[in-house]
Amino acid sequence: MSIKLTIDGKEVHARSGENIIDVASQNGVYIPSLCYVKGKPCLGTCRTCSVKVNGRVMAACTMPVADGMEIEVNDDAEIVDMRKALVELLFSEGNHNCPSCEKSGRCELQATGYEVDMMVSRFPYRFTPRVVDHASKTVFLQRDRCIFCQRCVDMVRDERTGKKIFSIKGRGTHSSIEIDAELANDMTPQQVRYASDLCPVGCIIDKTQGYDDPIGQRKFEIKSIKDRALEKEHR
Amino acid sequence: MSHSHNKNEILSHELPATPLDPKIKAERDAKIQVAMMGLCGCWGCTLSFLDMDERILGLLDKVAITRSSFTDVKRIPHRCTIGFVEGGVANSENIEILEEYRENCDILISVGACAVWGGVPAMRNVVPLEECFVEAYVESPTAVPGAKKVIPFHEDLPIITTKVLPLHEVVKIDYFIPGCPPDGDAIIKVLDDFVHGRGFDLPTEMNRYD
Amino acid sequence: MSNEIQSIVDRYDSDRTRLMDMLWDVQKQQGHISDKAQAQLAQALNMSSDDVSETLTFYHFFLNKSFGKHQVYLCNTVIAKMNGYHDVRKALEQEIGCSFNSVDDSGVIGLGDANCIGLSDQEPAMMVDDVVFTRLTPAKVKEIISQLRQGKSPEEIANPGAIANTELAYVEAIVDANLRTDSIVLFKPNRDYKAILQTCLDNYIPEEVIEMISDSNLKGRGGAGFPTGLKWQFGREAEGEEKYIICNADEGEPGTFKDRVLLSHSPKDVLLGMIAAAYAIGSRYGIIYLRAEYWYIKEFLQQQIEDFRDQGLLGKQILGKDFEFDIRIQMGAGAYVCGDETALIESCEGKRGTPRVKPPYPIQQGYLGMPTSVNNVETLACASRIIEKGAAWFSDMGTEDSTGTRLLSVSGDCEKPGIYEIEWGATLNEVMTMIGAVDPRYVQISGPAGDSLSVEQDGEREFCYSDLSCNGSLMVFDHTRDILEIVRDYSEFFVEESCGICVPCRAGGVDLMHKMERIIAGRGTEQDLEEITTWSNLLKGTSRCGLGTAAPNPILATMDKFPEIYAEKLVVQKGPLLPSFDMEEALSAHELAVKKLMKEEV
Repeated sequence: MSIKLTIDGKEVHARSGENIIDVASQNGVYIPSLCYVKGKPCLGTCRTCSVKVNGRVMAACTMPVADGMEIEVNDDAEIVDMRKALVELLFSEGNHNCPSCEKSGRCELQATGYEVDMMVSRFPYRFTPRVVDHASKTVFLQRDRCIFCQRCVDMVRDERTGKKIFSIKGRGTHSSIEIDAELANDMTPQQVRYASDLCPVGCIIDKTQGYDDPIGQRKFEIKSIKDRALEKEHR
Repeated sequence: MSHSHNKNEILSHELPATPLDPKIKAERDAKIQVAMMGLCGCWGCTLSFLDMDERILGLLDKVAITRSSFTDVKRIPHRCTIGFVEGGVANSENIEILEEYRENCDILISVGACAVWGGVPAMRNVVPLEECFVEAYVESPTAVPGAKKVIPFHEDLPIITTKVLPLHEVVKIDYFIPGCPPDGDAIIKVLDDFVHGRGFDLPTEMNRYD
Repeated sequence: MSNEIQSIVDRYDSDRTRLMDMLWDVQKQQGHISDKAQAQLAQALNMSSDDVSETLTFYHFFLNKSFGKHQVYLCNTVIAKMNGYHDVRKALEQEIGCSFNSVDDSGVIGLGDANCIGLSDQEPAMMVDDVVFTRLTPAKVKEIISQLRQGKSPEEIANPGAIANTELAYVEAIVDANLRTDSIVLFKPNRDYKAILQTCLDNYIPEEVIEMISDSNLKGRGGAGFPTGLKWQFGREAEGEEKYIICNADEGEPGTFKDRVLLSHSPKDVLLGMIAAAYAIGSRYGIIYLRAEYWYIKEFLQQQIEDFRDQGLLGKQILGKDFEFDIRIQMGAGAYVCGDETALIESCEGKRGTPRVKPPYPIQQGYLGMPTSVNNVETLACASRIIEKGAAWFSDMGTEDSTGTRLLSVSGDCEKPGIYEIEWGATLNEVMTMIGAVDPRYVQISGPAGDSLSVEQDGEREFCYSDLSCNGSLMVFDHTRDILEIVRDYSEFFVEESCGICVPCRAGGVDLMHKMERIIAGRGTEQDLEEITTWSNLLKGTSRCGLGTAAPNPILATMDKFPEIYAEKLVVQKGPLLPSFDMEEALSAHELAVKKLMKEEV
């Protein structure tokens, strides 16, 4: 069923059932997200896709569009700042040392930081010690950078048994990302690549490959995360 | 200023010097005074400051550069309009200098990853300072065999801070230019904007964290 | 695989959605759930070990390593801290001979903290294995620990008369009910449940039961106030092969304990409410999700279910009708967030108690993906009275928008803490008088997630859904209490209980807590207050569930009600250094490290 709604005051048409993030990008409006992967079940963990729907703050990835919705993405200064604040929270919570990170230039968190014009985090940097896990032969976990998006937990499974390869341990601030080293050892090179590309930050790192692209020619330097998101959706 | 000034020391800008031609001095004083200082970092950002290259020439009729890698004076000799600071706060001397800059600069800008969030020096923040000392001085692989192990601690030496701090956790910082280091392009853009009264605006494409 | 683990897995037909039960069974049997046990469970359930650990490590009371033969958890609420908590804490450390979060040298007793364990009317209180000890003093602690050391079980100490744990007297031996009012709707003695249900089933079709509940205007007693009749109607209309009724007995909101008393003193009211809900919706299965802090009620409650089965009120062909329904008890394991209905459902399915993204709502897709009505204990007990006495009887009580009564769990600075049943519409002042509040200044209603009231400003406000829509928790503080410290304690509570799945609550909650610490330390400025407001709005707006959206409530509400206590603490910056910058702390570690290391060298 076709429905009508507005995004930043502009009337757009959409099919009911689609989520706000997709409908917005089809209409040239970029909404950042660090957990949503189109075509996969919504995780709703990062909240950086927050928008205002009829004046109320909602996560654009989990909210289906409805007829007559008034959605504010960039027209409302408060919601723009909230998205920025959420990205800043992630930068202060973990240890995101871009200069020393293999994922730099391909990192969705970093690229999103640029899109929301983050220069510094307004929140105190925490410097929480987190231990690297390198037990698996295929990948290592640089936990400093994990943002608990849960993409790997939900979307990467052992191909033979369907078991989880990645999981979360603990709760709240004590959470950590874990890897089943044995299952990870059985990952095919393709799956390793999939997992490390799926990771929006430089937490899941392929042990066999790194620093492939020179500075200036890295993924988001060639084309920004925003342009990529909009291009994918362009009708 | 909070730091004590030992009467037996003479600071570089206090050394006897030939007085400037009054006309030149007056012209210079009328310009926008700009300084750049480094605290705990690698001084790479001050190299980016130098990377403004010949573009700085276009601004020199409006701008006077005081303490910087161009001039190498140790302190800012008088009040400045704009102070750029790279590096984080890692010891008591850094705190003193930062206080001095905050007190004497109208606009204070954090330049580079170390100033903005601590950067590479802040990688020690996840390790207790005591363990850092053990690694550096007690069990250091480069220690001279048989030599007495000494951890520097003396009234003439700066005290190492418990953690490396970003500048804005110590004093108020007005603007931030991230990057490791930021490009000279970003620095000239910011400077040029201030000189021409446009205010701070670092465009998305110039923003970088590495 | 060990036979023990295999038989536990078999007990639940290798159904991984019953992982919570399996973990409890392993822990009860082996004291903790070792890596080896986790691996065996994982193998039997075709999961990775980490996947088992994912569930296990989410819950406070599951242990993945030995924590003594007996586990002592001292409850650390603000109410406990007003009643001698600190002395009790010291006494425990001294008597057990270890500090908190560790085990004594002999490996007999592990000592840890617990958030509110539903005993705010008789604190300080602690859990020891499956029982609790209340109104603790250092002397009492000494006695309990000494008996434990002599080899007595906690049950023997708490229940010296050796009353069977299926008896109400067993629960009463352990805790006081502190029922302070006569029955209006709830706690009605001597009800003939069979006759009530018989009359209901004989006279009403399910739609009419829903209509009756709708007409009574009963609203959810958990706090959100959703109309129960409407929820049941959605449940009836929703399509699903199965439908489920879940009774949310995970009351974790600090200061609440009404469900403890309802489940021990009127358990069959609750069961009958579930049966009515099942009949209305068309459900065959019900679950009571009981918080682990209430283990000592479990066998008694189970006995009530058995009684109903024996009487033909549960099971197949209930009272001879073509109506099948049965109930199981699902034990929680220590997670406040499981009070959220979707988190609770996840937990029932053997997973981490992380709230789901909504929509869909549980009434469409809940437990095992099927339509599920999650109702509060008190809501169900009320429903059992409505089917007995009719909608009009119920709606005649209270106010127009808030019908019937409300149970209040009262604690803090008052003469008679305990359970009060009030008609909706009572004012705060009336309640203060009823409970014998002494010089009350500040009342926190609905727990930390609720609202902060100033008795002076809010005294004439009414308890009702359109004004003080209280979930029952009422913590009273007099003029001697340090409100900022109470608020800081609440923000710490939210940090500890955040599930961590969404960024604003997990990360932002910590920053809010640090802001409170900064203000209390006398290092806060006007700007900090402004940032508290902005950051609070961030949490309220963007968090995934009610925990994150409620976490800033105590700060925002007390800033509004008691601005002067914040203003007193603020400082104005002098000189270039920020007031928040702690020079002494920043320069202290160097000298300390040198002294320590150079001493070792010598």
